[in-house]
Amino acid sequence: MSRIHVTTTINGEAAEFLCDAGETLLDVLRDRLGLTGSKEGCGTGDCGACSVVLDGRLVCACLVLGAEAEGRTVGTIEGMTTGEALHPLQRKFLEHAALQCGICTPGFLVAAKALLERTPDPTEEEARYWLAGNLCRCTGYDKIIRAVLDAAAEMREAH
Amino acid sequence: MHYVSPTTTDEAVRILSSAPGACRIVAGGTDLLVQMRSGMPEADTLLDIKRIGGLREIARDDGGWRIGAAVSGAELGEHAELVGEWPGVVEAVNLIGSTQIQGRATMAGNLCNASPAADSVPALVAANAVVRVVGPEGVRDVPVLDIPAGPGKTTLKRGEFVSSIYLPAKTGQSGDAYLRFIPRTEMDIAVVGCAVWLAFDAAGTCTEARVALGAVGPKVILAEEAARALVGTRIDEPALDALVAACSAAARPIADKRGTVAFRTHVAGVLARRAALIAKNRAGGAA
Repeated sequence: MSRIHVTTTINGEAAEFLCDAGETLLDVLRDRLGLTGSKEGCGTGDCGACSVVLDGRLVCACLVLGAEAEGRTVGTIEGMTTGEALHPLQRKFLEHAALQCGICTPGFLVAAKALLERTPDPTEEEARYWLAGNLCRCTGYDKIIRAVLDAAAEMREAH
Repeated sequence: MHYVSPTTTDEAVRILSSAPGACRIVAGGTDLLVQMRSGMPEADTLLDIKRIGGLREIARDDGGWRIGAAVSGAELGEHAELVGEWPGVVEAVNLIGSTQIQGRATMAGNLCNASPAADSVPALVAANAVVRVVGPEGVRDVPVLDIPAGPGKTTLKRGEFVSSIYLPAKTGQSGDAYLRFIPRTEMDIAVVGCAVWLAFDAAGTCTEARVALGAVGPKVILAEEAARALVGTRIDEPALDALVAACSAAARPIADKRGTVAFRTHVAGVLARRAALIAKNRAGGAA
């Protein structure tokens, strides 16, 4: 069976790949394009470790077919920053020790960035609900939420 | 396995009718990809409907709303006018899964996945929504109630798929609401769901009612006795008591790890009472 040729945009740059019909975007990112920042936790859309942004929408890459990316734009954790400086969310995750093993972290960062782009001044409740689809089995969520709200405050001041 | 993404419904119907083996529709994919991963059911063709013209649109149609089969839950929730007119339906859709799931999952997919616990389905039944089905014999409009046939089964025939769902024009003083019981506050499957739609006259008397129950039978239940208990009343205490009794009587639940028969039967009534009061409040002006 022939593979599908897909032309897409990933983190602002043109990309193309060949994939099978049933192959997920997550497998394409990790195994064909070497973008291993997106993690596979559950593979069933429960844990959010594979969170990416598809045409401006936060989604689980494990529930998207690679073939669906044709002509779309995909944003992954690898596109969080340009250059050397960390994104404020990344810095605040370090400052607040909002991670231990790190598997959930890329998903949390991508999801939190999507939240702050839409809601620059979220309440704690809004942040907790928005991130309810991202599971962390190490830290608990308190440090993560503090880091997100702190980053939000800093980003608002910078504007 | 093949992947196709046609741009017209005609082309989609042709593929769906003629593709050898099993052809599965991909809308949001949030149920389908999980099923594929678990190895069942084997699909030979994946037909992505998201590139078909109009299927990602929410459009005014004869006073109501035509919602394309590929519109995501997030898109519904961001549509202020739709939320203003059918808050219960949109709430029910938005209860499904996380932010990430909402970015993909569709109301039509929730319907066609045919889970007895589907959150949007009781709300659509209470709203008297109509499903547009396209197939080899043309287009037919079907009440939502007639689409699910039982767990995982629909009445759609070979070559047919849902292209849109129509929410009727909101009448004067009317309102809808959906509530579900889950053991936590987020990201779970309904143990019981209940949707209520009510319409009132200027004097605050209920003139029409529709009550639907989810997760307490093999498919969504339209509780007609429960609706009759409300019509002609001002949704006062005796009417609510009659509603509760009728909903518990209409429930036909199974017992499983998420709830016993007795619990589900009881909660069906409790949720109906609360949903009716929210619907009444939303109808506005009703005493």
